Amino acid sequence: MIEQGLLFVLAGAVFLAFAAVAAVDRRYGAALFWGLIALGFLAGDRLGDRANGVLALTLAVLAGSGALRRSLAGPTDDASALGAVGEPSLPSPAHPTQPAARPPSPAAGESARSVPPGPAVAGWRLFGPVLIVPAVTLIGTLVFKRLRWGDAPLVAPAQETLVALGLAAVTALAAALCWLRARPVVAARAGEGIMDAVGWAAALPQWLAALGAVLALAGVGRAIGDALGPLLPEGARLAAVLVFGLGMALLTVAFGNAFAAFPVMMAAVGYPFLIVRLGGDPAVIGAVGMLCGFCGTLVTPMAANFNIVPAALLDLPRYAVIRAQWPTAVPLLAVNLAILYAAAFR
Amino acid sequence: MLAAALGLGVLLAGFLLRLNALAVVAVAAVAAGLGAGMAPLAIVDAIGHAWNANRAVSVSYVVLPVIGLVERAGLRQRAAGLVAGLRGLTVGRLLIAYLALRQTSAAIGLDAIAGPAQTVRPLLAPMAEAAARADDPAARAEVRALAQATDSVGRFFGEDIFIAMSSVLLILGVLKGFGIAAEPLSVSVWAIPTAVAAFAIHGFRLWRFDRRSARP
Repeated sequence: MIEQGLLFVLAGAVFLAFAAVAAVDRRYGAALFWGLIALGFLAGDRLGDRANGVLALTLAVLAGSGALRRSLAGPTDDASALGAVGEPSLPSPAHPTQPAARPPSPAAGESARSVPPGPAVAGWRLFGPVLIVPAVTLIGTLVFKRLRWGDAPLVAPAQETLVALGLAAVTALAAALCWLRARPVVAARAGEGIMDAVGWAAALPQWLAALGAVLALAGVGRAIGDALGPLLPEGARLAAVLVFGLGMALLTVAFGNAFAAFPVMMAAVGYPFLIVRLGGDPAVIGAVGMLCGFCGTLVTPMAANFNIVPAALLDLPRYAVIRAQWPTAVPLLAVNLAILYAAAFR
Repeated sequence: MLAAALGLGVLLAGFLLRLNALAVVAVAAVAAGLGAGMAPLAIVDAIGHAWNANRAVSVSYVVLPVIGLVERAGLRQRAAGLVAGLRGLTVGRLLIAYLALRQTSAAIGLDAIAGPAQTVRPLLAPMAEAAARADDPAARAEVRALAQATDSVGRFFGEDIFIAMSSVLLILGVLKGFGIAAEPLSVSVWAIPTAVAAFAIHGFRLWRFDRRSARP
């Protein structure tokens, strides 16, 4: 049976290539950072919890000590501060200092790195590899669900999409290398260019998951839930809906993840008050409660993979994506509260 | 309670002081663990276990080599050129169409076919920038942020309609924990009103963006 482990090997190989590119450029901090992420992907299951924990903490120390200085250098946030601090220990001839405000097109900033822009002949074919990624992911996801190898499914259940994504990335890369007649090292260098713009934020989503796990072990969710319970007056439907819905949104803002907030709020308010005492419909309360949490996801920097990493990928100030999202998130949260109030107690 | 205060306090302080977010998150995790009376090594183990168990959140970077390669060959310029030729295409219309596409594809379980690295950076953002026909870097940045926002809104408020989505499964699991057996369909059907509202609200904002940009 094919499992997501195969994709982790692929991801490990990609990060190893990034590490090699950074090492050749003598950006040793970045090389170590990508190398450790690669190690986690390639050998994570064999390392054991303790070594994985040390690995994760080392990444945090590297990030905190500024070993990846270019990271998140948005035009307004960090770049100016970076210029003021200057470039301390690790200047590298192969890596010219970034201008304080990067040009709007990241491609322009990367032109310094030796690879000539591809031939214009490539033309519309350029869209091919990019469209292969979603197309193969889609087809793979659908087909893998049906394929069987002997008695077992060919691909582990619920991991079809991840395996398909890995297949898609490899197919698209092979196609791009053929069509553009490029050597793999050019792709590694180009990919590392984008990765470098993301910087330490690349490890943030996984670290936030680890933080969530520690908070859960430390009983933080339960403590917050217990604090909210007494706020509810007896039989007050509107108050219960508000505490539940706003609590889902706020707890998601704090945890960066609605999945972590949901069990807490259900145990604290959703089940005892809305369902048991007020007789609300569990399906509505569960579904719309989760969606209240998603409104919180739109406005929190803790949801790094949706809000912070994309800002870095798009060469935006760190909170630009959140600024673009809150005007949708706030009215949508109000709509969710209204749906809860109107539909849960029919 | 001490653990909650320490963990959330560190996060808030780090956020306000604009310290390195990765380091702040690590300190918050350790502080919360210590506040709850966990042994230091037990905290390291918990972090390591969760780190390894959540590797899947970091896999989307595998597409970066191919994206970087075609970007160097001029993909973003091509995507922009595609839009520049279409006179009637505005930022709002482009993103409303993408929003509809993203919501419907997520609603049938295809939440992973698009995303910031796969589609927004190489395709949607340059197309939206070209549709904006603006030279001002701040205006272009706003358009890129709006493109990313549209991708997230479309995904978040489409995926819960799909009955086998992990969030729906989590809802059912939590309810089951309370001894409530709910039908997957009865949960996912209640994601539809919010999905419609999300399309209306975000679509209205995009429409207004066009109106605002059209004014001299």
